[in-house]
Amino acid sequence: MTNLLSVFVRQARDSFRDLIPVILVMAFFQLIVIRQPLPEGIDFIDLIIGLLCVLAGLTLFIKGLQIGLFPMGESLAHAFARRSSVISLLIFAFALGFGTTVAEPALIAVAGKAAEVVAGGGLIDTTEASQNAFALQLRLVVAVSVGSAVLLGVLRILKGWPLHLLIIAGYVLVMLLTLVAPDEIVGIAYDSGGVTTSTITVPLVTALGVGLAASIKGRSPMLDGFGLIALASVMPIIFVLGFGLLML
Amino acid sequence: MEFIKILFSTTLDIAPIIAIIFGFQYLVIRKKVQRLFQVLTGFFLVLIGLSLFLLGLEMALFPMGGMMAEQLTSAAFLPVLAEGAQRHWSDYYWVYIFAFAIGASTTIAEPSLIAVSIKAGEISGGTINPFILRIAVALGMAIGITLGSWRIVMGLPLHGFILAAYVLVILQTLRSPRSIIPLAFDSGGVTTSTITVPIIAALGLGLASSIPGRDPLLDGFGMIALACLFPIITVMGYAQIAEWMEKRNRQYSESTHRTQGEN
Repeated sequence: MTNLLSVFVRQARDSFRDLIPVILVMAFFQLIVIRQPLPEGIDFIDLIIGLLCVLAGLTLFIKGLQIGLFPMGESLAHAFARRSSVISLLIFAFALGFGTTVAEPALIAVAGKAAEVVAGGGLIDTTEASQNAFALQLRLVVAVSVGSAVLLGVLRILKGWPLHLLIIAGYVLVMLLTLVAPDEIVGIAYDSGGVTTSTITVPLVTALGVGLAASIKGRSPMLDGFGLIALASVMPIIFVLGFGLLML
Repeated sequence: MEFIKILFSTTLDIAPIIAIIFGFQYLVIRKKVQRLFQVLTGFFLVLIGLSLFLLGLEMALFPMGGMMAEQLTSAAFLPVLAEGAQRHWSDYYWVYIFAFAIGASTTIAEPSLIAVSIKAGEISGGTINPFILRIAVALGMAIGITLGSWRIVMGLPLHGFILAAYVLVILQTLRSPRSIIPLAFDSGGVTTSTITVPIIAALGLGLASSIPGRDPLLDGFGMIALACLFPIITVMGYAQIAEWMEKRNRQYSESTHRTQGEN
């Protein structure tokens, strides 16, 4: 029990270390630069309680990932990397990318904001139901795109296609789609490429890439493990731009 | 009450990954899960933790980013404006300083970045200095966010910035030492932590809604994208400079060797 407690204390300290620079910069600006009372509608106590929730939440979340999802996901990734059936490997690759992205906290946050702003701009209804529906659609589109990216990345490792060509092709596609997609979706699309690759997706997808590269002769674990992530941050931009083209 | 609602929607959020992991484990691999109790505890912690985080996000992180944007652009804070004059972009200098500070400070101490940079130093065999690498990543992040906020103030189109950054990244990818490329691309993702992303997003949207003539929908997004791109550029840039200096030193020491040999 004391052992468990000390594990949590250590994890809490790590989360706190992530938070402390933000608090310091904020405090400096509030106390030295701005020197004004907080704007209306913002309560100091609420901020503190909220930060404590963030701290406690991240601590539990990351610890939970470490003891539950990561070991199981990694052993599955290794098991699939060794199997001979290409079809089941590809299906697993897609499912892993999709599933980890749906639960990504940063994506949930940004998708919610995006729905609010799109509703404010009059492109969808301002009701909560239609905002939630838009946020969910956006997240599903991003999740499908990450799934496809991981699938493509695995295929690339199997076939030995050069990575930089795929990435440059992805960039070119992004540029072309930007020209035709509605302006309102462009910012959201670019940002969604950055939020997908954080807490859950990176460790599991990297485990798949590294495991796969290690089991095939002539592949480098360092180069190939990273390739999946690089693709997973370009593909969402392409898909969300396409989504905007069709929906808005 | 609010928490129960969040708890419910979080359950739906993590249901797919649970279904996928257990589905593949039992239907395709067909092996028993080792330490099932521990794994289930882990999933339960993920559920509670993610719910708490999302609650804190609405209570603290989003309001903090929006609040800073509002305060730093309020008429009471900015320099006094002559009558009828337009506000110049340089009047918002505290916005840029804040953006730079928040980008650099959240990145430089990031634990995953520290681990990665030490490893990179070992792989490179001394060409790459771990500490300078960390500074390069933090600088890239800070420049990305600062440029993003400047863009919102100016109301310039985002795609111009992104396309220019892409072209630079592609050119650098072709010219950089191959071993640094994975690391450079990774550093783009490492920098945007779960705490930083909501604050930056709220800052951008806040700026776009409080600066006259800007539209949150058209101008508010894009800071995260720039914050992910610029570390790639600075890290490859650092690797290129490090390699060039290494080469020059070697040539220099070779040439001194040769002259010494001739004597």
